[in-house]
Amino acid sequence: MEPNRHDEPHLPGPSLWPIGFAIGVACVLVGLIVSWPAVAVGAAIAVVSGFLWIRDATRGMQTEVVHEPERRGAVTGPAPPAAAGDAALPVMEEEEVERYGRNVFLSATTLGVGGLITGIVTVPAVGFMVAPAFVDQHDEHSKNVDLGALDNFPEGKFVIATFLRDPAQGEVTRRTAYVRNNGVVNGAPSFTIISNRCAHLGCPVQPNGPIDDKAEKKFTTTKGEEVRVVPVSPAGFGCPCHGGQYDTEGNRTAGPPVRGLDRYEFSIVRGHLILLNTYSVTKVEGTGSSAKIHAYGLKGPGEHADGIERLLYPVDPPH
Amino acid sequence: MARPATRRQQLIQVANYPLDWLEERSGLVGGVKYFLFRKVPRDIGWWHTLGSATLTAFLVQATTGVILAMYYKPDPNSAYESIQRITNDITLGWLVRGMHRWGASVFIILMFFHMGRVFLFGAYKYPRELNWIVGVLILATGMFEGFTGYLLPWDQTAYWASVVGININGTAPFLGPFLAQFLRGGAEIGPDTLPRFYALHMLAIPGALFALIGLHLYLVVRLGVGTNPWTPDPEDDGRVDGARPGLTRPAPRGVRK
Repeated sequence: MEPNRHDEPHLPGPSLWPIGFAIGVACVLVGLIVSWPAVAVGAAIAVVSGFLWIRDATRGMQTEVVHEPERRGAVTGPAPPAAAGDAALPVMEEEEVERYGRNVFLSATTLGVGGLITGIVTVPAVGFMVAPAFVDQHDEHSKNVDLGALDNFPEGKFVIATFLRDPAQGEVTRRTAYVRNNGVVNGAPSFTIISNRCAHLGCPVQPNGPIDDKAEKKFTTTKGEEVRVVPVSPAGFGCPCHGGQYDTEGNRTAGPPVRGLDRYEFSIVRGHLILLNTYSVTKVEGTGSSAKIHAYGLKGPGEHADGIERLLYPVDPPH
Repeated sequence: MARPATRRQQLIQVANYPLDWLEERSGLVGGVKYFLFRKVPRDIGWWHTLGSATLTAFLVQATTGVILAMYYKPDPNSAYESIQRITNDITLGWLVRGMHRWGASVFIILMFFHMGRVFLFGAYKYPRELNWIVGVLILATGMFEGFTGYLLPWDQTAYWASVVGININGTAPFLGPFLAQFLRGGAEIGPDTLPRFYALHMLAIPGALFALIGLHLYLVVRLGVGTNPWTPDPEDDGRVDGARPGLTRPAPRGVRK
């Protein structure tokens, strides 16, 4: 060996396999979106290229590493008699005793106590940062919205209803829903209430059709919430951000959304229309009161609720 | 104490006294000189100033950001009005807000130029790989800084761009929905979202950026500046055999070349 071995830069050998590795990874990522067989092909390319890359990169080291035969000094003196209790302990040099004594104990104690204090301070602080985003999200009563008397909603027509989902929190909770009165079916009123949150990335979808601004009604409900209702005649709904298109039932007809528009559960209390929770919909067969709705628990925009892609989102945070 | 020979020397000594005092007690003067007057390769030029330019852009952002924070109100009910007040009413507010708003783009663009220079000059190679990695972390942190800052004007563009940005995070497999909910501070954008972005934008992320930039500069000073790829190699005995000119091995620890 040369004397200045240690200063030599450890340059990896030249290799083309990183390119193959990158192609494989790119293929996996594209495959995740486009097709599953491509993922398998890409993964195979990446694994093989990665293996060959590592082999290339470590070639220099493999040839240079010299394994010296293990040598052990011959045991001098008699082994301590095992049966003699204390004598079986290894005999320590004085220096060794010093090194593993108080010094190590003090270091370990300082680190341990320091770590404990850090933990006591950090855990509640981080919890305070993270937990409020996930705890107590499901407050039913504050989310129920009174949209006023049923005669605000002409039969067979959409109206745009804007309201505060949580008046205590103010304007930031203003939401919009497209409400259609489907008439009375079997003695019970039927409504189609579509959320305007696009199922792609959450922009507000707009009605594709004339909005009758002059017929806007504003009223304050019993809880003091201001609700605005505007009649509209949409041929469907469209999202201004990335061009997602939906029909009047909220089915995706074109563009990037991964499912249909979300809907609101509702109930009728003393002649008033009350909005309840939101739920996600993949598709709707049929129309109006006879529609068959494929409903799921509320998903975030862009999250698949059906198909194999749903496996990418196995657990949803509490909404 | 020996009396200085001339009046001129006397004057110099008096002028230098504060610096000498500081140097004797802290070594700071020597440290700053070491940082500023270190040796660099002979023929480097304007290309090597992009890193300093990026640093300058960052310092402009830090300074103007502190001033804006004196007038901005991170509350959903008053954020928009406070931005309007900064822009239209407060003396020179339009200027400082404009510097911060456009400076953000300048910072990001300069980071990419700097990264392109480092890549094309091969300056990311041994022994500077770690500095490339730190630089990539700075890039990601800087982009996150831009993302959180974009919401603060609290107008329609800011709001919906942030909705889309958060939901893009939410579509990441497995943990995406949790990440989005953490960013929003709840299941929906609510009154806690804006202060949360504000705290990240002006406290957490700048702190991380300062730390990463400090590490980046430490590595620049420790490893030295790389030469141009076209620089001929002047019989450098430290040159790696078979490697391209300009790739030299660093001096062993503790040895000055």
